[in-house]
Formats: sequence, structure tokens, C-alpha cells
Amino acid sequence: MMKHFLDITRETCPMTFVKVKLKLARMDTGEQLEVLLNPGEPLENVPRSCEEQGYKVLSNEPTDDNKHLLLIEK
Amino acid sequence: MTLPADKKKISIVCFSGDFDKMVAAFTIATGAAATNREVTLFFTFWGLNALKKKKGRIATGKSLMAKAFNFLMGGMNNLPLSRLNFLGASPKLMTMMMKKHNVATLPELVEAAHALGVRIVACEMAMHILEVDRSDMIEEVQDVAGVATFLNDSEDAHIIFI
Repeated sequence: MMKHFLDITRETCPMTFVKVKLKLARMDTGEQLEVLLNPGEPLENVPRSCEEQGYKVLSNEPTDDNKHLLLIEK
Repeated sequence: MTLPADKKKISIVCFSGDFDKMVAAFTIATGAAATNREVTLFFTFWGLNALKKKKGRIATGKSLMAKAFNFLMGGMNNLPLSRLNFLGASPKLMTMMMKKHNVATLPELVEAAHALGVRIVACEMAMHILEVDRSDMIEEVQDVAGVATFLNDSEDAHIIFI
């Protein structure tokens, strides 16, 4: 299965969830997207906005360098 | 101009045409569109300058007055900062500061808004006054409409005036 990756750790609001939304829009249903993000605003908003739009957040794990790795399925 | 009824809607009136206020409008618009809302941006009066195809100072229009106004106002590249504009230097300085802090610049926000399907509507009355034709505006303009159409479309939407 195709797995995409997006690093939004250098982005700020609203481009954090805007970039995730645009990436998901270009993917096919069933494909997965891994998102590397910072704690705080992105960690609060990105999983929530994905779930609101019917995408599945499969996992949400902290990384060793104080970031988070999110796995989303379209 | 029909929209799905089940989605939350936001309509933003872009009146001022100031650089910073346009950044605010496009930030709200992209944020709302990315969180599954139907977003309409209604550009009127000074805000119309942001929709001009030519982004610099062009004497658009037929009458001398319209040409003078359009030349002095310019396009997207000439939007002034609402405070401390310093003859147009500040928007460029502000863009540099935005880049330095990884904040999306106005052109990036505009591009994202188009990609997210934000509806761009131009005010018919303002176009008449300023003698700006549809052919003078960017192709992303989806409709030219008046206040009645705007209000009908925004009946169950939050309306923000910037």
C-alpha cells in the first residue's frame, strides 16, 4: 500500500492543517499518510480536523526529539 | 451559486484592501476551508485590488478618474499596511519577517485558498465604480455578484467583515 509522508514541523497555523488537508486531497482512499508534527497547536488541531473530515487517525506516537508522528488513513 | 447545505459556512467580506487585513482574511479562509467549511470571500471596494490580474500599478478603466484611482491603488503587490506603511516599504519588510518565522506569506495563503476551493466573488458595484472588468481580474474569480446574492448565499453562514 502507498504510504505518504509529510513534515509540518516548520509550518505554523494555518499551514499545518492546510498542508495536511491538501496532501490528503491528492491521495486515494485507503492510502496512508505519516505526518511529523510539533506538540501544541498542530498536535491539537491536525488529528481533530482529520477525524472531523472522516479520515482515520491510526496512531499518534511521540518521537525521541519531542515531536509527534501521526498515521492517518484516507 | 448553490452549496451543500450540511456544511458549516463562513463568508468573509474583504473590504479594506490593506495588506495585513488581507493576510487575516486569507488566514481565516484557508484555516476554515481546511477544517471542512464552505468559505466565500467577497471582495468589494479597496479589496478589489487584490483580485486584479496585473499585480502592479496599471491604469485600468476607461475614464481618467478610474485610471488615476486604479493606478494609485495598484494591485496585490501594492496593498498597503494599515499602520506604519512607510510609502509601501512595510509590507515587504513584513513579508520578510513572516518568512523568517515560517509564517505563510500572502501569496502562499492565496495559493492555498485557491487549492482548497475557497470561492472568490467580486462585488459588481465596486467593479462598476472603479471600472474594473472581469477580464481585468484573476481567473479564480468564480462570480460577480451584488449584495442581495451575497446575503442570500450567506444566510446560514458566519459573516466576517475585514
